This record gives sequence, C-alpha cells and structure tokens, in this order.
Amino acid sequence: MVEVMQNKISFIGRTVLNLVQGLGHFASFAGKIFYWYIKPPYRIKLLFDQLYFIGNKSIFIVTLTSIFTGMVFAFQIHNGFRAINTDSLIGPLVAISLAKELAPVFCGLVVAGRCGAAMAAQIGSMKVTEQIDALEVMGINSVQYLAVPRVVGATLSLPLLCSLFLLVGNFGSWLIGVKVLGIDEAIYLSKVSLFMKLGHVAEGLIKAAVFGYLIGVIGTYHGFEVKGGAEGVGRGTNLAVVWGMIIVLIVDFFLTSFLAKIL
Amino acid sequence: MQGEWAIEFKNVVKQYGEATVLDHLNFGIPKGKITTILGFSGAGKSTLLKHVLGLVKPTSGLVEVLGQDLNHLDELALREFRQNFGMVFQYAALFDFLSTFDNVAFPLREFTKLSEAEIKEKVLNLLESVGIQKEATYLLPSELSGGMRKRVGLARALALEPQIMLYDEPTSGLDPITTSMVNDLIYDAAERHAERQFTSVIISHDIHATLKISDYVMFLEKGRIVEYLTVEEFKQSTNPIIRRFLEL
Repeated sequence: MVEVMQNKISFIGRTVLNLVQGLGHFASFAGKIFYWYIKPPYRIKLLFDQLYFIGNKSIFIVTLTSIFTGMVFAFQIHNGFRAINTDSLIGPLVAISLAKELAPVFCGLVVAGRCGAAMAAQIGSMKVTEQIDALEVMGINSVQYLAVPRVVGATLSLPLLCSLFLLVGNFGSWLIGVKVLGIDEAIYLSKVSLFMKLGHVAEGLIKAAVFGYLIGVIGTYHGFEVKGGAEGVGRGTNLAVVWGMIIVLIVDFFLTSFLAKIL
Repeated sequence: MQGEWAIEFKNVVKQYGEATVLDHLNFGIPKGKITTILGFSGAGKSTLLKHVLGLVKPTSGLVEVLGQDLNHLDELALREFRQNFGMVFQYAALFDFLSTFDNVAFPLREFTKLSEAEIKEKVLNLLESVGIQKEATYLLPSELSGGMRKRVGLARALALEPQIMLYDEPTSGLDPITTSMVNDLIYDAAERHAERQFTSVIISHDIHATLKISDYVMFLEKGRIVEYLTVEEFKQSTNPIIRRFLEL
C-alpha cells in the first residue's frame, strides 16, 4: 500500500518536474528568439518568404472558413432572435463576434494547423539531417536564421489574415441576413455602424498578433526539439499542432479578460 | 611529431552526468597534415569533434585551435572563429531547399562582400574542382547521388578557404568506388592547399579507407587515446585493440 502511494507521488512529482523543465526550455527558447530578432544581420528576404508562406498561402483556407462562419452565425442568430423580434441585430452581433473572438481564434487555429506543423516539420527534418549543425558550424545562428523569420512572419501575417476573415465573414453574414433572410439593408448596415467600435477590431488584431507569435514560437520550438529520425519529426509536428491550438484557446481567455479592461 | 599544432587538447575531460566521455585527453594535431581519429562507436569521436568546433565546452581542461583558447571566446567571437573551419558531414548535410549552386554560394553570400558575378565564378570553379558537371549545377540535393552530395558538401566547405577541414565519417555508407573517389577528393584538397598549411581531420571508423591518405592516426576507446602514431607505425602496432581493429 505504502509502495503504491510512493509510486503515485513519485509519478506526480516527475510529471510536474518535467512540465516545469519543459516550460523553462520553452521560455529560454522564446527569449533567444527575441534576442536574435533585434540582433543584425536582418534577413529581409527570409522574412518575406515566410510572409508569403504563412500569409499569402493561407488566404484560400481563411476565406473559405470565414465566409461559412459568417453565414452559419447569421443563420443561428436569426433562428434564436426571431422569437423575440430582434433579428435585425444579426449584423452587429456577427460583426462584433467576428472582430473580438471568431476571426483571431479561427485564424489562429487555421495557421497553427497549416503553418505550425510545417515549421516543426521543416526545422525538424533539417535537424535530423544535420543541416542545422551545418549552419552552426559555419558560424550562423540557427535560431536567428530559421526561427526568427518564421516567428516574425507569423506575428505580422496573423493580423492581416484576421482582417481578411473579418471582411469576408461580414460579407457572408450580410449575404444571409439581407439577401436570404430579407432584413432591410439600410437597417442592417445602420445597426452595424451603431454598435461596432474600433476597439472591437483592435482587440481582435492584438489577439491575432499574440497568437501568431505563440504559434511561431511553438512550431519552431518543436522543430528544434526533434530527436531521432522520421518518427521524431512526426512527433514534433504533432506536438506543434496540438500545443499551438491549445495555447490559442487558453491565451484567448486571458487576453479577453485583460483587453476588456484596457480597450 | 613535430611542428606547430593546429588543434591542441590539454587535459580535456568531458562528463555527461556520471558518464565520462572524454577522459584526460592530451594531444596535438599538426598543421598541414591529414590526421584520422579512429574508434568504435561510442568511443568519443563525435564529442571530440564538437569540442574542436566549440559546440561543446569541456568539463575541465583546455582546447586550443590555431593558438586560440576556445573556452575564452564569447558566442559571437566563437561564431566568427568557426569560419576557420570547413566541415564535410556524414550525409553531406546540404540545405535541401537550395540548389547545388546555392548551397556552395551560401557561405560566400553570408560572409563575404563578393558580387554575384564573383560568387558565380568562384562557385563554378569550386564545383569543377570537385568534379561536379555543369548539368548538376542547378539540381536540388534530392536529385543528386550520395557521391555527388559529398562532392558538393566538400565544395561548400572549401568555399571560405578554411584553415582546418573536418570530415565526419566521410566514407560511411558508400560503395568502394565512391569511397575511393571521396578519399581522392580529401587528398587532392589537402594537396591543393598545402602551401597554406591546410589541416585535415577525419573522424572515421573506416580504417582501410582512411589509412591510405592519412599522415597520422589516433585511436580512441572509451574517451581515452589508445595510440597516436604515424600511419606506418600504426600499421605495425602490437596493441591488441588496434590489431583487432586492423583485422576487421
């Protein structure tokens, strides 16, 4: 009995220690990225490559997600609000929800799945084939060369994708509200302009930038942490996606509480 | 052994936890010569190599490269110092997102102020010197054979005209003909740059391939030097571990 208890306590202790150690590694890695971000040389071409990959190449999936999100949300609100005769509020409700929550979170989830995985896989496969060692031996800091452009690229791309999501999502909502459900266009638009504030958009864009930074750091971190061969790359890629999505959802809660006080 | 040392280990110990990987190593690698470090897997060869490059610091002792104590260089100085090295990796470690040409041009673009025209001329000369044909110049590493990758890796390592060339298992996994070709390349590179005391260090467990081109051989076991001799002396060694290795 005592032995069973000891094993359980030891298991909990080991898990907590591993978690703390992992967090320490992660924090140290995030610090390194910040340090090497401000140090020259600045590799602008690599940054643009990442902006293209993370931003431009995500446009299709973001557009697709946003138009259907806007349309579905408009339908659901209409169904709920029709009973109390307030269905003309579809426009501002969808617009505010998209701006404050749906656009940054959905963009974060999409980019974590598409780009976080790619970052971990690219860097991980470079690690197992000694390409990162080759950079280091040449005297090039691998974190600065590989991680910084990806993290900065994700931090800059996410707010842009979020803006696109907002625009297209609102278009989807307008399409359903005005063209399908027959709400008067003038009322729809006047309600949007009455309730929608610049602070709502700012909140979403700040969240998107934070999510972009975290997705970039998590994706590159799991790439650099890859050990072993192809199996290690697969595990790193999987962890990058899972943790990227979890962190987006958790940080969203804390950011919402914090931004509500200052915006 | 006479002459100046390119690399010197002074009582170097490296421990990872309880395990001692390098155990009080004292030796010098002479300038302008080809030295091979042999040993079974786990003997400490790769750890030794990482100490030479300053990628790992010793638990105690001193590592001097070209007269410079690596322990006393900060990270930026160490990175700059590494430009004195060229390294050919076991599987070439070519950047898979760059073509053959761009792989060789990479260090030139990063560390020199040469114009693109000068870089092009230099890269084409380097590729020609290692026997890469023009048709392969703009292929990706995935489109090259193992032997060609080694050649491109060698050309990339030579691009900045390093003083010390490190080869990590250069003939591992290659067929006999390609092995012989890689050995010729190592020897030719050493000969071509002999006037500037170009030092080559080969880490290997392929004894027969490397003995043909080496001047000196060091044999490591469990982090200790078993023998460090000229090739001729090494072949005559009566040490049972060496004999066993030679007879494999």
